[in-house]
Amino acid sequence: MASVKMPQLGESITEGTISKWLKQPGDQVKKYEGLVEIITDKVNAEVPAPLSGVLKEIKVKEGATVTVGTEIAVIEETAAATPSAPKSQPAPQAATPQSATPIAAPAPAEESATEGQGGGSTEGRTRLSPAVRALIEEHRISDAELARIEGSGIGGRISKKDIEDYVTKRAQPAAANGEQRQQAASATAPALSPGTTVPLSPMRRAIASNMLKSKQTIPHAWTVAEVDMTNVVRFRQKVKDSFKQREGIDLTYVPIIVKAVVEGLKAVPILNASWSDQGVVLHKDINVGVAVSVDDGLIVPVIHQADRMSIAGLAKSTDDLAKRARAGKLGIPDVQGATFTVNNPGTFGTILSYSIIAPPQAGILAMDAIVKRPVVIEGDAIAVRSMMNLCLSFDHRVLDGVSAARFLQGVRRWLEGFSEQVPLY
Amino acid sequence: MAVKTVIEAIRDGMDEEMARDESVFLIGEDVGNRGGVFLASDGLYKKYGELRVIDSPLAESCIVGVAIGAAVNGMRPIAEIQFADFIAPAMNQIIEEAARFSYRTAGDFNLPMVIRAPWGGGVHGALYHSQSIEAMFAHVPGLKVVAPGTPADAKGLLKAAIRDPDPVLYLEHKRTYRLVKGEVPDGDGVVPIGKADVKREGKDLSLIAYGLMLTYCLEVAEKLAADGISAEVLDLRTIRPIDRAAIIATARKTGKVLVVHEDTPFAGVAAEVMAIIMENAFDALDAPVMRVTGPDVPAMPFNHVLEEAFMPNPEKILARARELAAV
Repeated sequence: MASVKMPQLGESITEGTISKWLKQPGDQVKKYEGLVEIITDKVNAEVPAPLSGVLKEIKVKEGATVTVGTEIAVIEETAAATPSAPKSQPAPQAATPQSATPIAAPAPAEESATEGQGGGSTEGRTRLSPAVRALIEEHRISDAELARIEGSGIGGRISKKDIEDYVTKRAQPAAANGEQRQQAASATAPALSPGTTVPLSPMRRAIASNMLKSKQTIPHAWTVAEVDMTNVVRFRQKVKDSFKQREGIDLTYVPIIVKAVVEGLKAVPILNASWSDQGVVLHKDINVGVAVSVDDGLIVPVIHQADRMSIAGLAKSTDDLAKRARAGKLGIPDVQGATFTVNNPGTFGTILSYSIIAPPQAGILAMDAIVKRPVVIEGDAIAVRSMMNLCLSFDHRVLDGVSAARFLQGVRRWLEGFSEQVPLY
Repeated sequence: MAVKTVIEAIRDGMDEEMARDESVFLIGEDVGNRGGVFLASDGLYKKYGELRVIDSPLAESCIVGVAIGAAVNGMRPIAEIQFADFIAPAMNQIIEEAARFSYRTAGDFNLPMVIRAPWGGGVHGALYHSQSIEAMFAHVPGLKVVAPGTPADAKGLLKAAIRDPDPVLYLEHKRTYRLVKGEVPDGDGVVPIGKADVKREGKDLSLIAYGLMLTYCLEVAEKLAADGISAEVLDLRTIRPIDRAAIIATARKTGKVLVVHEDTPFAGVAAEVMAIIMENAFDALDAPVMRVTGPDVPAMPFNHVLEEAFMPNPEKILARARELAAV
């Protein structure tokens, strides 16, 4: 018997949802043959059978979400399918009746099986003394609470004293303030009529946890540059039809902005970086994530090595990624490795956006709507220009406002200086 | 109430019991005219005469054998073994005869006798004057073994032992004789056999000890308190019958237990205490039960450095207690 576990489909992915079983119990499966479809917060993937045999049991039903490593199915290896039986299996009982080992052998195997099951639960995570277990039981301390208790013992072990201290702390302020506040609230506020709870999709959960982590760990700073996009708008107007004819795709503003961002990152590499406790990691590659809104939320596919692409190449790449994102056909590499992100809320008409940085990146740039406005230009004349705000959120641990402003300035100059001389290819 | 040393408390205990009950007498090597090598019976020979304070030959088997014979005939002998190390020649009398007498006679006869034996090291006594013998005798059903650590307990337990209907091995730690002083209640002050005593209340960990180690543990508890660790000190006082309830209670209270004795570890008293805790208080434990004992070597050496290395002392106990507290 071999168990099939929920695979880790990406570095930050912690759980997956069974979308569809491609095999049913009793079915023969070949090694590498598709066994099950799994939805994670980032991508959908078909998981192949790890070995040949018969699908014995499905442990997780379609639609259910389980953490990475959870057993989802059991495959029984068939003798025909596996000519070389694994050596760890106990020998068949009939084989050597004169020796004591066949009788003794199954025992450790059973033991390790039960241990394995136990390890899957929360017990495997921390070792708790009997006294601590008893206190947890007595005071009904939840796993979540337990996770929050800092162990003062050797190796961070949670001691009896830690639990007792926690229980005292939990009892005091919560009982005193919480109740009063609740009473006060119930006295004045009318009861809320019950709403409906939308169940959390894996993507919703992932977005929630990533955003929370970002805001809790990264000191965000925010700065805005106003960019005159008139030249870009004129240029695009001029070439978009022929581009569409030639390439079969629309030339949007996104690849042009991405190109400008790449130039800006080359000039200010500190923004193409990640914070770590050991130091700021400057990335060699410039991989630009482009936020794409999908039915259920948001996904950020990545244009890898964007600095090696022309505007046309970037256009093709963004178009391809966006289409595949909406079709749910992105692969794991498509969503990993971004070093900087470009967000395009402007399509929905926003003019100032404060984006949250996707860790471990150091910045995210939001391109807001291009709007025609009267602007004072050279020679103190007033002209109607196509204006756009570029809003940069950056990790203030990694860089300061000067570098951020220099980056925005660079992007702005590149865009404002746009002309037909800028090569599309 | 008067402050006494352990040796004074023992002397007073014998004196008072001999005065109270004519059947009580003392027999041992040099206990008479000489007053005992430690002067435990100083003055008793003069007070009670040679028929009640008897100098014996240098033959432990004889001392205990005579005591058994006297006890079975209604006397209450106190047999003194000059050093606990010398008890081996009397083992046959103690284990084969004294311990089983009541059992063998289905309770028709009993032996109300006390065997006093100065035990323990730390006095530069070397191989023949330093050993701990409690585990060997505590192993024997039919014997009672007591090992007081304070003057009050020394006197109170001696009285209880003399009045007890069965043979009691009364162990007096040599190092405590003049080192440990304390208040001794006026009057009888009998301390019941089989009752441990919480000498200091605490909540973070328990130190369980007896004899000289009790004094050391109280010292350690004081130092731990300075670290903010509240240590409870349980004095076993009686090794057999051991006070299971008190051991379980303190283990349940603190969840962390350190057992201390100077005897060697293998199959020792600490091992029994630990077993009692594991069998009865496992669900209340917050750390593995630990022990500090003498090393598993044949005897306490004479070389002072090696003697120091053998003896548990406050530093060693403190280090282990801190380790336990940190688990």
